[in-house]
Amino acid sequence: MSGTNTSHSPQHHTSTIGAIGAPSRRNTELALLVFAVVIPVFAYANVGLAINDSVPPGLLSYGLGLGLLAGVGHLVVRKFAPYADPLMLPLATLLNGIGLVVIWRLDQSKRLSNYADAAPRQLLYSALGVTLLAVVLVFLKDHRVLQRYTYISMAGALFLLILPLVPGLGANIYGAKIWIKIPGLGTLQPGEFAKIILAVFFAGYLMVKRDALALASRRFMGLYLPRGRDLGPILVVWVISILILVFETDLGTSLLFFGMFVIMLYVATERTSWIVFGLLMSAVGAVSVASFEPHIQTRVQAWLDPAREFKLSRSGIQDGVVHSEQAMQALWAFGSGGTLGTGLGQGNSDLIGFAANSDFILATFGEELGLAGVMAILLLYGLIVERGVRTALAARDPFGKLLAIGLSGAFGLQVFVVAGGVMGLIPLTGMTLPFVAYGGSSVIANWALIGILLRISDTARRPAPAPAGDPDAEMTQVVRPS
Amino acid sequence: MNKPLRRIAIFCGLLVLALLIRDNWIQYVKADELRTDTKNRRVSIERYASPRGDIIVGGDPITGHATTTSGDFKYKRTYKDGPMWAPVTGFVSQAFGANQLENLEDGILSGNDDRLFFRNTLDMLTGKKKEGGNVVTTLNAAAQKAAYNGLKKQGGKGAVVALEPSTGKILALSSFPSYDPSSIAGNSSKDAEAWKKLDKKNNPDDPMLNRALRETYPPGSTFKVLTAAAALEDGLYTDADQKTKSPLPWTMPGTTTQLKNEGNIPCENATLRAALQYSCNTVFGKIGSDLGNEKMLAEAKKFGFTEEQFTPVRSSASVFSDNMNPSQTALSSIGQFNTAATPLQMAMVASAVANHGTLMKPYMVDELQAPNVDTIEKTEPEEMSKPMSAENAQILQSMMETVVEKGTGTNAKIPGVKVGGKTGTAQHGVDNSENPYAWFISYAKGDDGSSPVAVAVVIEDDNAVRDDISGGGLAAPIARNVMEAVIDSKK
Repeated sequence: MSGTNTSHSPQHHTSTIGAIGAPSRRNTELALLVFAVVIPVFAYANVGLAINDSVPPGLLSYGLGLGLLAGVGHLVVRKFAPYADPLMLPLATLLNGIGLVVIWRLDQSKRLSNYADAAPRQLLYSALGVTLLAVVLVFLKDHRVLQRYTYISMAGALFLLILPLVPGLGANIYGAKIWIKIPGLGTLQPGEFAKIILAVFFAGYLMVKRDALALASRRFMGLYLPRGRDLGPILVVWVISILILVFETDLGTSLLFFGMFVIMLYVATERTSWIVFGLLMSAVGAVSVASFEPHIQTRVQAWLDPAREFKLSRSGIQDGVVHSEQAMQALWAFGSGGTLGTGLGQGNSDLIGFAANSDFILATFGEELGLAGVMAILLLYGLIVERGVRTALAARDPFGKLLAIGLSGAFGLQVFVVAGGVMGLIPLTGMTLPFVAYGGSSVIANWALIGILLRISDTARRPAPAPAGDPDAEMTQVVRPS
Repeated sequence: MNKPLRRIAIFCGLLVLALLIRDNWIQYVKADELRTDTKNRRVSIERYASPRGDIIVGGDPITGHATTTSGDFKYKRTYKDGPMWAPVTGFVSQAFGANQLENLEDGILSGNDDRLFFRNTLDMLTGKKKEGGNVVTTLNAAAQKAAYNGLKKQGGKGAVVALEPSTGKILALSSFPSYDPSSIAGNSSKDAEAWKKLDKKNNPDDPMLNRALRETYPPGSTFKVLTAAAALEDGLYTDADQKTKSPLPWTMPGTTTQLKNEGNIPCENATLRAALQYSCNTVFGKIGSDLGNEKMLAEAKKFGFTEEQFTPVRSSASVFSDNMNPSQTALSSIGQFNTAATPLQMAMVASAVANHGTLMKPYMVDELQAPNVDTIEKTEPEEMSKPMSAENAQILQSMMETVVEKGTGTNAKIPGVKVGGKTGTAQHGVDNSENPYAWFISYAKGDDGSSPVAVAVVIEDDNAVRDDISGGGLAAPIARNVMEAVIDSKK
C-alpha cells in the first residue's frame, strides 16, 4: 500500500498539493469487485432456478469467467494505474455481469431460437474488452501522448464512420446502416470505436483552439456570439453529423457525436452561447432531415403513437417503410414488469423479437427486475458518468479534462439516447446500452473507454513525485513503521 | 474549466433524472394500463398459463384441460362429449376467443375474478399456482343425453330445451347439428382448419349456432296454449268444456279468406279442450281476433316474448307483433304470420302452465365455486312473472293432458306419469313451399301436482316427407325421452 505510506509521511506539509494525494483505494476497489461478481452469479443461479428449476450447470464456469475478468482488470489497474478511480472498474464489471445474465436468460427463450449461444460469445467479447483495457493501461503510460495523434484521430474517425457506407462491406440491418460485415467474423459497429477516437480528436483540437474560440467574440443580447470564422469547426462537425443521419439513417450516432462535440466545446470555451448554437443546429438538422427521410419519420411516428405502429406492423401493410411493433412491445414489457418485476426468467420480454438482447435489453430488465431494477441500473450508469466527470475535474491538464468529459459525456448521452428510446421518452434509435447489451463492438469499445478514463484518473490522483534531493524524506519513509 | 464541468455534471444528472421519471411513468403510473392492454400478448399467455376451472354438470366436470407443447400458451381447454354440451359451454379457444358460458363466466374460470382476488394474493404469497374456479350448472346429464341423442337419431336440424318449472333451472339445452369445441380450443393450424370448416360461410348447417337459444322459429300450433291462456285470463271463456261458439268455416275479419284447419276435424262450436285436442285453427284464430292485438301481445309479453332472456347466456327475443289488423292477429295467435319463438321461449310457456301459472326465470348457472369448491355465488330461483292464475293454469293443464291422452300428442305418453303437451307444425317459406317445423311442448306431472320437467322440442327437417312431419310424430318421442330421463334421475 504505497498510497497510505505517502499520506502518513511526516513530509506531507512540505510537498505539493498532489503529494497529499488520496490513498490509492485499490482495496476498496477489490471489495467492490467481489460484490460486482457475486451479484451477477446469484442472478445467474436465479435465472436457472426460474426457468429450469435447477441451478444452471454453467454457473461455475460463468462465475469463474467473470471473476477472472474482474481479477485481471483489478491486477492490471493495481500494477499500472494504482491511483485510478476505484469505482469505475466495479461498476463496469457489475453492468457487464448482469448484462451477461440477461443475455443468457434470453438465450433460453423459445421464441428467440436464433440467440442460442449469445451469452458465451458475449463473455468472449467481454474478455477481449478487458484485454483492451489492460492494453490501454499497460501501454498508455500518459494520456497526454494521445494529443500527438489529434489529426490522425480525425482521419481515423472519419474512416470508421464512412466504412458502413462502402458497398459490399456495409450491412443494412432493419433500416440503419451502421454495421460492417467482416467475412467469417460477423458484424462490427465502427461507430462505437469512432466515438473514442473522435473524443481524442476533439480534445486535441479544442485544447489548441479554445482561446481563440472563447475570447474573440461579440456580445449580443447577453450572449457572446462567436466570430464567423470561428464557427467553422462546429459547422463541419454539424455537417458530418447530418451526413451520418442521412446516409446511415442513424439518429442516435448522429446525436451522440454532435452532442459530444457541443459538450467539449462548451467546456473548452466556457461560453454558454455554444450550447445555444448547438441546440439550435441539432434541432434544425434533425427536423429538416426528418422531413424527407422516411426511416426517421417512421421512428418519430412510432414514438408518438406506438400502438398505431404496432397495428401497422401487424396488418402487413406495404407502404415502403419497415413498420416495427418493437416500440409497443417494449412498453408492454416495462408496464407488465411493474414496480418489482416478474423475477428473472419469468417475463415475456422476448416478444420484442429482433434485438431483444441488444438495443432493447433494458426492456427485459424492466419486465423482470421491475421499476426498482431499472432505476438501480440507471443509477449505476449515472455513477459511472459522474465518476468520469469527477476525473475531468481532478485532471490537471486541459487535454485530460476535455478527453475525460468528452468520453463520459458521450457515455451518458449514449445511455440516455438508448434508454430513452426504449422507454419511449425520445424516438427510438439503434444503439446499444453500454456493457449490458449484446454486441462485441460495444462492449470492447466501452472497456477501452473505461481504460482511458482510468488512466486519466490515475494521472490526476497520482501524488506528485517527492521533491528531488531531499534524502531525509526518503529515510524517514523507510525507517518509520506503518 | 471547472465551472462548465460542474454544469455538465448537473446536465448528465438531469438526463438520468429524466430517465428515472420516465421509468416511473411507464412502470408505475401507466403500468396497469399497459399490463392489461388486450393487445399485450401477456394477457393471453396469462389466461392460458394455469388450468382453467371446470364447468360441472351433476357433480362431474364436462370440461378438462390439456397441456400444449407448441407456442407460449400452456393449457388448452378440452371437452367431454363436446358436441352434446357445446350449446351449454360455448367454447374457449387460444386463437378465437370465447363465447357463451366460457366467456360470461371467464372471470371465475380463469381465476381473474375480483372475488378470487384475496385468495389469489394468498396463493401468490404461499407460492401456490393460480387456479380457476368452477361453474356448477343446473343441467341434468341424463336429460341432455336423451335430448342430444334424440336429435342426432332424427338427423335433421333441431333443438331441445328442458326446464324445471318450479325453479326455472335449465335441465337440457341441446342443439343439432353441433360441433366439438375441443377441435378449435388450441392455436394450431389444425384448429384454424376446424374453425374455418365450422364457419357459417363454409358450412350451410351452421353447427355453431345455438338453436336452443338463438334461433327463432314460427311456433305454429304450440302457440295455441298461450292463446288459450289469454282467453281464460281475459274471462272470454271460463271453463275447458264450455262451447266456444265458433263457426266453421270461419272467415277472418276484414277479409274474404277462410282460415283452414288441417284436415276434417270437429271444430265447429268446439270446447276449448276439444279445440286444443284437435288443434283447431279456426277456434284459436277467432279467439286471437276477438281478444285483439293488444291483449294477445300483453299476454305474450308476460310469458317472456319480445325480450331477450339472460340465462346468463343470452337468448334471442321471441316475436309477437304490434299494430296488426284482426286477421293478422288471428294468424299470429295460431303461431303463424310474424310470430316466432326460441325453443327456450316455448319451454317457458309449458313451464309456466305446469308451475300453476307462475313463470320462473330460466337459468343454467347454479353456483360459482372458488378453486377449493367454496361457494362464491349461488343463484336463487326467481319469479319472472305470473301469466295466469293458478285456477286457469289448472284448466289449461287438464286441456294439455287431454292432448296427450287422446289428441295429437299421444306419442309423449309415459306409463304411470301424467303428461300434458301440445304439438305444432309450423308452416314456413313462401306459400308454405318449404318443409314445416315440427314442434312439441310438454310437461310431466307427479302425483302431488308438482311438475319436475317441462320440455320444448323443435325439428326442422329438409329431407323428411312433408306429410310425415308433425309435432306428434317427430318431436313428441324426443320430449318423452327427455322427461323420462329427468323422472328416472330423480328416483
